[in-house]
Amino acid sequence: MKKILTIMLVAALAMTAVFANGSSEESATVSTDGSTSMEQVILSLAEQYMTDNENVNVTYNPTGSGTGITAALEGRCDIGLSSRALKESEIADGLTQTIVALDGIAIIVNPDNTISDLSIDQISGLYTGAIKNWSEIGGPDAPVVPIGREAGSGTRDGFESITGTEDACLYSQELTSTGAVITAVSQNPGAIGYASLASNLDDVKVVTVEGVAPSEETVKSGEYKIQRPFVFATLTNTPLSEAAQAFFDYCVSPEAAPIIAGAGAVPVNE
Amino acid sequence: MNLKEYLAQKGYKDNPRRLMEDLIHLVFLILGLAAVGSVLVITIYLVISGLPAIFKIGPVKFLFGTRWASTAAEPEFGILPFILTSIYGTAGAIIIGVPIGFFAAVYLAKMAPKKVKEVMELCIGVLAGIPSVVYGLVGMTILVPGIRIVFGVPDGATLFAAIIVLAVMILPSVINVSLTALEAVPREYEEASLALGATSIETYFRVTVPAAKSGIFTAVVLGIGRAIGEAMAIMMVAGNVANMPSLFKSVRFLTTAVASEMSYSSGLQREALFSIALVLFLFIMIINAILNMLKTTGGEKK
Repeated sequence: MKKILTIMLVAALAMTAVFANGSSEESATVSTDGSTSMEQVILSLAEQYMTDNENVNVTYNPTGSGTGITAALEGRCDIGLSSRALKESEIADGLTQTIVALDGIAIIVNPDNTISDLSIDQISGLYTGAIKNWSEIGGPDAPVVPIGREAGSGTRDGFESITGTEDACLYSQELTSTGAVITAVSQNPGAIGYASLASNLDDVKVVTVEGVAPSEETVKSGEYKIQRPFVFATLTNTPLSEAAQAFFDYCVSPEAAPIIAGAGAVPVNE
Repeated sequence: MNLKEYLAQKGYKDNPRRLMEDLIHLVFLILGLAAVGSVLVITIYLVISGLPAIFKIGPVKFLFGTRWASTAAEPEFGILPFILTSIYGTAGAIIIGVPIGFFAAVYLAKMAPKKVKEVMELCIGVLAGIPSVVYGLVGMTILVPGIRIVFGVPDGATLFAAIIVLAVMILPSVINVSLTALEAVPREYEEASLALGATSIETYFRVTVPAAKSGIFTAVVLGIGRAIGEAMAIMMVAGNVANMPSLFKSVRFLTTAVASEMSYSSGLQREALFSIALVLFLFIMIINAILNMLKTTGGEKK
C-alpha cells in the first residue's frame, strides 16, 4: 500500500514539473506558408532566429508554392514561400518577390554509364520514354531506367517543371528520399535520377547539363540550367508586421547565408 | 448514496485488502479499455477523414479508376491499381510463403531431430525479430539487382521482388503458429493411427494436420494480415509507381500509396490518402471476417 502511495506521489510531482514550465511571456508570431521544398531552409532559418530572439515564434505551414502564394496574397500569412519565380499575374495582383536562395538539382547516372553530358531535351526524352536505350544518345546498350521522387516532393516538382515533363514522366521507381534515389541509381547500370545538389553524390556519376557541371558557382551565375529560386512572397502595398520584417531582414542578410547553405540551398546574399 | 456509505457498504473499512483487490480490478479494466478505445478512435477517425474525399472524387471513380496522378494539373485519384497490387502481392506471398512455412512446421513438429529443431527454431525467432526496414534494405541491395540480372528486366524493383520479401516476412508467423497447433494435437490420436497400421507420414497428414486445422488457419490469417499491412519493406523494393500490377512492373501497394505521399501531401490529395487508408482498413476487416468464418465452419465439421 505504501509503495503504491509513493509511486502515485512521484507521478503527481512529475506531472507538476512538466506543466509548470509553460511560460506566460508575450511573444510575437511570424507565419510562413508554402513550398515544401523550402522546408529545410525555412526551418533552419526559423530555428536559428528563434534561438537568437526568444520572444518571437516563427511558424511554417508546408502547403506547396501555389497555396503559399495565395495565402500571402490573402493576408493569411506574413510571408508566402514559393520555390518558383512568381508569375507576372501574381506580381500584378500585388505581390513582391524576394529571392532568398537558389536550389540546384543534379542529374545523376550509374558510375558505369559512359554518358557524361546531357541536354535538357535529352533529359526530358529519357524521362518521358522518347529515348528508351542509352545507345540512342551515344551511351552503352542499356535500357533507360528513370528513377524519381514521389508526387508532392519539391525536388520532383522542380525537376519536372524545369525540364517540362510535368505529369509526363514514365518513372520506373518513385522513391521517397534522396538517399533511396542515389542507392537505386548506383545499383542499376541503366538508371538516371535527380537529387538535390546538396546531397552526398559520391556513389553516382553527376552529369553536366548542356556542358555545365552543377556547383554553387554555376547555380549562382545561372549557367547551370536545372535550378530554381526560393522566393519570399510578400504584399507590395501592405508593410509587414515589425516581427515579420525583422525575420525577413534576417533571412536576406549575409548572416543567414551559412544557414541557408547548411540546409542544402545556394544563398544569394553573401 | 454518499461516498462514506458506499465505502461502508462495500466493507472496505474492515477489509482493506478488498479495497486493494477492487482497485486493481479497476486498473486492469482501464488498461483493457485502452485497447478498445484505440480501436474505436482509429476507426472513427479513419471514417471521418476518409469518407469526404471518396464522395468528392466519386466512389466508383475512386475505387475503380485506373489512373492515380495526385499532383497533376488535373489530378486523378483512381486506386484500382493499388487495390489489385495489394491483392496480388498478398496472394503471391501466401502462395509462396504458406507451403514453405507449413511444411517447415510439420517437419519441426514431427520429424526433426532435437538438435536440428533447436537451431531452426532459433533462426525462425531471429527472422521474426528482424525489423521490416532491414528486410527492405537487403531486398533493395541484393534482391532487386538480382532480379534484374536473373530475369533480364530493365529494373528489378517490381511486384515480384515485393512478393519474395513478403513471403519471407510471413514465414516466422506461419511457422510458429502452425507449430504450436501441431504440437497441441494429443499424442493418442497419432498412436491410434499408427497402431492401425498407418505410416508416420500418413499419420501426420491424415490425422495430425486435420486435427490442427484451426491453428493452421490462424497462421494463414496472421500471414495475410502481416503481408497486406506491410509498408516499409515493400516501399523499398516495389518501385512505387502507380502502374496496374504485373509481375515484372514497378507497382504501388495500398500501404505504400499512403506512406509514400503522406509527408508532402495537401488538400484533396491528403484526404484521398486517408480514404486509401480507410479502404485498406476495410480490407483487413473483411479478410479477417472471411477467415474467421472459415475457421469456425472448419471447427464445426470436426
